[in-house]
Order: sequence, then C-alpha cells, then structure tokens
Amino acid sequence: MRFRVNGKEVESEAHPMARLLDVLRLDLGLTGTKEGCGEGECGACTVLIDGNPVCACLIPVAQAEGTEIVTIEGLGEDHPLPQAFMDEVGAQCGICTPGMVMAAVALGPKPSLAKIRTGLAGNLCRCTGYEAIYRAVKRAT
Amino acid sequence: MTNAVGRSVSRKDGIGKATGQARYTDDLTWPGMLFGRTVRTTAPGGRIAGHRLDFDPAGFTVVDHRDIPGRNVVALLQDDQPCLVEEVFRHSAEPVLLLAHESREALHAARVKLEEAPAEPVFDPEQSPTSFKDILIEKGDLEAGFAKAAHVVEGTYRTGHQEHVYIEPQGVVAVPEEGGIAVYGSIQCPYYVHRALTELLGSAVSHVRVIQTETGGGFGGKEEYPSMIAGHAALLALKAGRPVKMVYDRIEDMIATTKRHPSIVRHRTGLSADGKLLAMDVAVIFDAGAYVTLSPVVLSRGAIHAAGPYRCPNVRIDARAMYTNTPPNGAFRGFGAPQTQFAVEVHMERIAETLGLDSVKLREKNVLRPGDTTATGQKLGEDCSAKAVLKEAVKRSGYRRKRKAFAGTGRGIGLALYWHGSGFTGSGELKLGSRVTLELTPTGAKILTSSTEIGQGTRTMHAQIVADALGIPYERVEVPMPDTGIVPDSGPTVASRTCMVVGRILQRAAEDMRATLGRMTPEEYYRTHGPLSVTKQYEQPDWITWDEERYRGDAYATYAWGCDVAEVEMDPDTWTVRPLRLTVVNEIGKAIHPALAKGQVEGGTAQGVGLALLEQVVMRDGAMANPELTNYLIPTTLDTPPMDVHLLENPYGGGPYGAKGLGELPIDGPAPAIVNAIRQLGLDLREIPAVPEAVMEAACASG
Repeated sequence: MRFRVNGKEVESEAHPMARLLDVLRLDLGLTGTKEGCGEGECGACTVLIDGNPVCACLIPVAQAEGTEIVTIEGLGEDHPLPQAFMDEVGAQCGICTPGMVMAAVALGPKPSLAKIRTGLAGNLCRCTGYEAIYRAVKRAT
Repeated sequence: MTNAVGRSVSRKDGIGKATGQARYTDDLTWPGMLFGRTVRTTAPGGRIAGHRLDFDPAGFTVVDHRDIPGRNVVALLQDDQPCLVEEVFRHSAEPVLLLAHESREALHAARVKLEEAPAEPVFDPEQSPTSFKDILIEKGDLEAGFAKAAHVVEGTYRTGHQEHVYIEPQGVVAVPEEGGIAVYGSIQCPYYVHRALTELLGSAVSHVRVIQTETGGGFGGKEEYPSMIAGHAALLALKAGRPVKMVYDRIEDMIATTKRHPSIVRHRTGLSADGKLLAMDVAVIFDAGAYVTLSPVVLSRGAIHAAGPYRCPNVRIDARAMYTNTPPNGAFRGFGAPQTQFAVEVHMERIAETLGLDSVKLREKNVLRPGDTTATGQKLGEDCSAKAVLKEAVKRSGYRRKRKAFAGTGRGIGLALYWHGSGFTGSGELKLGSRVTLELTPTGAKILTSSTEIGQGTRTMHAQIVADALGIPYERVEVPMPDTGIVPDSGPTVASRTCMVVGRILQRAAEDMRATLGRMTPEEYYRTHGPLSVTKQYEQPDWITWDEERYRGDAYATYAWGCDVAEVEMDPDTWTVRPLRLTVVNEIGKAIHPALAKGQVEGGTAQGVGLALLEQVVMRDGAMANPELTNYLIPTTLDTPPMDVHLLENPYGGGPYGAKGLGELPIDGPAPAIVNAIRQLGLDLREIPAVPEAVMEAACASG
C-alpha cells in the first residue's frame, strides 16, 4: 500500500488487514497515537484521513491506500491546540489528549460549544469532565 | 518574586502530553523485548486439574507457579492472594500460566487448555459465610436515643461495581539488569510494587527497581493491581533473560482488574419531633470479592463516613467486607466513602419526606459544626465547613426557586452534602512514615519523592510548594519521575494525601534548606559549599489520637467538605435520566493550583455522574459480562452536564499553605444529588446506577 503520513510518502508492506494503528505505532514509530480500547469507542487513536477524524484501530491499512493521513506528530510545532490543552489543563493524564486534539482540529475554526460537544463525543476522557477541554478548544480556535 | 502557590502556573509535564511526545508504557521498547500474556481461569473458583499446551513451544517462555523463586503472593495487607494459581482458585480470570514470545501474533495464537474442576461459588455478599473484616463504631447509647425518638425512618440502599476505565490500560515492561530487575510501568505506588516484587522474587535478584512511566490515569485502579502484572512480567523476564512487555487490552483489563466495591447499606434512624438526629444505626456490607487485597481499609473509610457530615449523639456503625467468588474489588477514588455517603444522603432525603420537612432545613439543623463530634468521637475544629458549603451551593444553584419551579414537571433538582477525610485513616500516616528528599542543584532545587503524577498535577503542585518555601522561582524546581533506585518512600499516591501530607513534608524540607542557605541563592550556596540534600520524614500533629481497636478518636487530621446540587430531566418514554446541570461547592483548605484543583473537581464530578447514571458492571457467573466500552458506558461529552464549580478555602493548619486533600472529595456527591433529584419526580429510587431499567422498576414500585 502507498499513502502519505504527515506529508511523507509511505510504502507499507504490512498485511492489508493490519490495523492502521499498529502500522503507525510499530512500523512507523509514531507512538503519539494511543490505543485505549481497540474497538473504536474511546477515540484515543484518532487520526485524520483526508481531513476526517477516524479511529486508527478500526481501519485496516488496505483502506488507507492513496490517502493523506495526519497524526498528532504531523500537526507542527506552532499549532495552537496542544499548548491550549496544557494551559487550560485540558490534558491531565494526557493519554486521550493526542486523539482529542486531532478530533478538535477537525472541528474547524471557531466552533460553537454545541459543535465542540458533538464533535468530541467520540473521544473519551476520564480525567477532566471535559469542561477544561472546551476551554482549551475555544482558546485555540 | 511572585508567589507560585495560588497561581495556575505552567505544568511541569511540559507540552509532551499534547504533542504525542510523552512516552507511556506501551510506547517503550527494548532490544530483544518479548511480549507477555496471561492464561486465566474461566470458572468462578475450583481446582486446576491440569493443563495442556496446544502449540509448538519453540520460541516461547512459559511460566507457572513453580517458577516463582520467592513467595507466591501479591504482597499487600494479608498476603492471601497468589501471584499464580497453584491448584485451588477462587474466581474467574485468575492467573495460572504466563507465556512470552517475540511475536505478538504467535503469542495470541497459542492455545492452552486449562482443566478446571469448578467448586460451588458464592456471589451474594449477604449469603457469604466469610467476612474479611468487621468494624464496629459506637458512640453514646443507641437504645436510649431510639427511646427518645418521635420518628424512626429505615431504608436499604445499594450501589454496584464501578470500573475505573483509565484510558490507558494496565501495563509494565520488566527488564533484567545486572543480576536484578527493573520494572517500568503505569503505576500509582512504586514502593507497593517494589515490596511485592521483593517478596515474589526473593534472593533470585540482587535488587529490584521500579520506575513510573507516564501514566494514563489511575483513580485507584493502579494502586494495588500493578503489583500483580509487574510480578508476572518480572517472572517471564527472569526466565527468558530478556525484557518482557505486558500491556492488557481493554477486555482483559476489565475482566481481570479491580473495581469499586458494591455495597448494601441499611439505615435505621431515630429523630425528634422537630427533626434532630437522636440515633443512627447503620449496617454496611461491602462485596470484597475473592481475596482480601485492600478491602479492610476501603471498608474502614466507608464506615467512618457512613453517618454523613451530621452530628448525632448516639451512633452505631456495623460494617463488614464479605468474601465472594468474583475478582477482588479494590481501591477506587473515594475508597468506600462514595458508597456509604450515597446511602446516608438518600436516606436524609427520605427522612425529610417522611417528616414533611424541607430537606435543606433538615440538613442545616443537623450538620456538623466546629466543636461537634463525629461518630468516632473526633472533635471538629474551625476547619469544618459543612454549613458553609451547604449554604453556598443552595444559593449559587437557585435551589429553592428551582425546587418550586420543577415541581410537577419532568425535571427534578436534588442535593447532597458530603465530607472526605484527608490522608490515611487514624495512625496510618504515622505507620507509613513517609520521607522526601530535596536536593540543591546549581540553579535551584530537585524534588525526590515516590509520589506519582497520574494526571492530577503532583509534580506541578509539589514544585509550587517548594518554590515558595525556599523562596526561589517555580521554574527552578525540578521534579523527575519516581525511580525507587533514587527516590525515598513517600508513601503511596492515594487517599488524597499527596498535596496535604507529602506536600507538607516537602514544605518543611524546603524551609530547612532555606535556613541552611541563609540569605544565599541556591547558585551562590552551591558555588561556595557544593551539593546539599535535606531529607524529612512525616511528623504527626501532636493532638491526633486514634484507638485502632475501638475505632475511637481522630480518624483523619482534617476533612474537605462538599455540596452538590443536581438538576435532571427524565424521558417518560425511555426512562432515561439526563443530567442538565451540576453545581459543585468544595471546601479544600487552599487551592495550590486553582486550575488543577478545578480539574480534579470537574473530573471527579463527571466520574460521579457515571457512577450515578451509566456505569453498570453486569456480572454473570462471577465474571464481568460487558467488559468493553461498547456496553460499559462512561460519560462522553454529551452525557456530562455543564458544571458550575466553586472552591472555598478554609485553611487546615497542618497542610502546606492550608491545603487539605482534594482528589477524592468530588466523587462523593454527584450520585446522591442525582438520585435525590430523581426523587423529586416521585420515584422512590434507592440504588445506583440509575439506568433506565432501575428507574422503570422504581416507577412501577412507586405506582
């Protein structure tokens, strides 16, 4: 399979049914994408495929063929969301944070609170009660 | 220089958690590393008659109990739990064999046949013949109190299991090193793991080193269980002579690890005609599961909080932790107190209903005030804030106005008043004798403690305390991750003690260091005199007395106080209760870092919403039947209501800058507040989780 990850061309020889999550973490060493449940419920493995947030644990790598993937590592150092998450204590233990940030990227500019709540409903956080995450997203977008 | 304490300074975690650079256990790898797997029982108790390996063993490391060089126990309180089953087992998902292989695919493809001869299990804690712990708290003359009572109100209240659902499952990597073993892992209490490994491995290792990696949530779930998984990985690593990583997937994590103790609490309460508490008779039963683990201490905290934040001259609290054939229940934020406070707060609402009183007035009349004594006979000081939090929560939430406005609608509003003892119970802190070390660096100071950062902000908050006590900028205080090879034993990161207890020892160490430095800066002193290190140990305030046998005296050095007001709406077609808004007022002594403190309250409250409405562990034949996030539901953004969190500060003299314990307090309130709001809809609900089925049953029973 050929696809792009964080702007770089990747040619993967993984089994076509290998989870995209494992290809990213094990083959490409991109461990910023986390595994929380392995069943698409917690969203810790959220990455963007062609701009859409998806759970990398549910995607067979064959499905990534020809796509453009962005992981937390591809966000760039100047992106305002990560710093806003730390400043607003939107990250506590931090394990959901990369996935949460990627889902927040997909919300686009200046989302309403209702849009934030709906857009992040697939990303579980057990630490914050989400309020600080809303504050972080509002601050950064 | 600006003070650090009281300001929301930048976190010591840095940016790594938000950029994906922070390294959690599963992100670590070593050359030659193997992956480990656990073979577990399926029956809820019985005997292992034998096993058969249905795979080619080439390339595999296989471990059973005969490979244990030391004692086959997970060392904790009573050492009754084996690390690996020898013959008799007591619950499903109990570990029997361990496998390791360099390929995860080969490892999970390997088939093992366990021959289990099941025994007759016991699942109902009330039918169990065995109690792991009995506690009796007595105050005054109960019968005399009932004899004077104009009213007697009785009730039984139940709470279910709750799963921690830290988003990062349990995991460790065990690495053989120079005759010893190093274990890196997602853990709350490095020295618990250290002690367990020392017992398990005995003289087979020259040393044990436990290093905390970045930890993706704990909530008590990574207090005792890591000793088990660390033992397993260490046994495999020693036998293979290679590093071994064990990381559970979500299903294994949910079926095998600890949960919150289910409870059955019976109240019988005598009151005067005008609603004064005269006698409280409380019987508490906790379902402990199959091994003792931490149940005696969980029960202890549950029992001490069981009469609620109320004054009553005559009290009896009879509490028992019962053996059942399920995986052991264990530490979970709140540690027994959420269960018993759910019972007493719903009971108070029922008392108000029975007596025809306003439930806020009933609470105001009976609430603990400075100078009052608790059930254990502890006389409370000026740091008692029960009345203040009640007043503030009623005012902020518009409780009285909404109570009237919601009457007869599909909405309800309810309230719960609660307290939480800070630190270990009774003489527990004295026994722990926690130590901390502060080292001078060429530019500032370095904190060495075994207190772990699990999201709550330990490193940041400790650095703030040291910075101010030493009079140096916060940025110049370093806080490395704990490694038992380097840090002293500061006790476990549990019991809302990390700020109040360990923080206070750090403050004393910093004050000591400042005295040595005189007027010099750390740079000046270091240049002139070289390195300096100060180690300090916990000192118990001299007024604390505690009788462990009779459960009399100062159960906790201080208490934090809270009042929650919940507003809910019920869908009459589906019986689903939706929380609309929560008002939370918490009195915590001093917020060292206001944003982190608020984060603890918001997060604990959300977990309490889950406990109240969503989180149902379905047990079938002693095993969790819904061990997935698809059917065990925790609150998402859409399930978590807006929260109005307000912190009050009434300093405790024995805490750093007046701080009390905070981490657990906020989970005590939401469940009773929500159920009391549901009661306004006319539903006599006395159990959680209030899932639609339970609400419907209550509706049918209420007619």
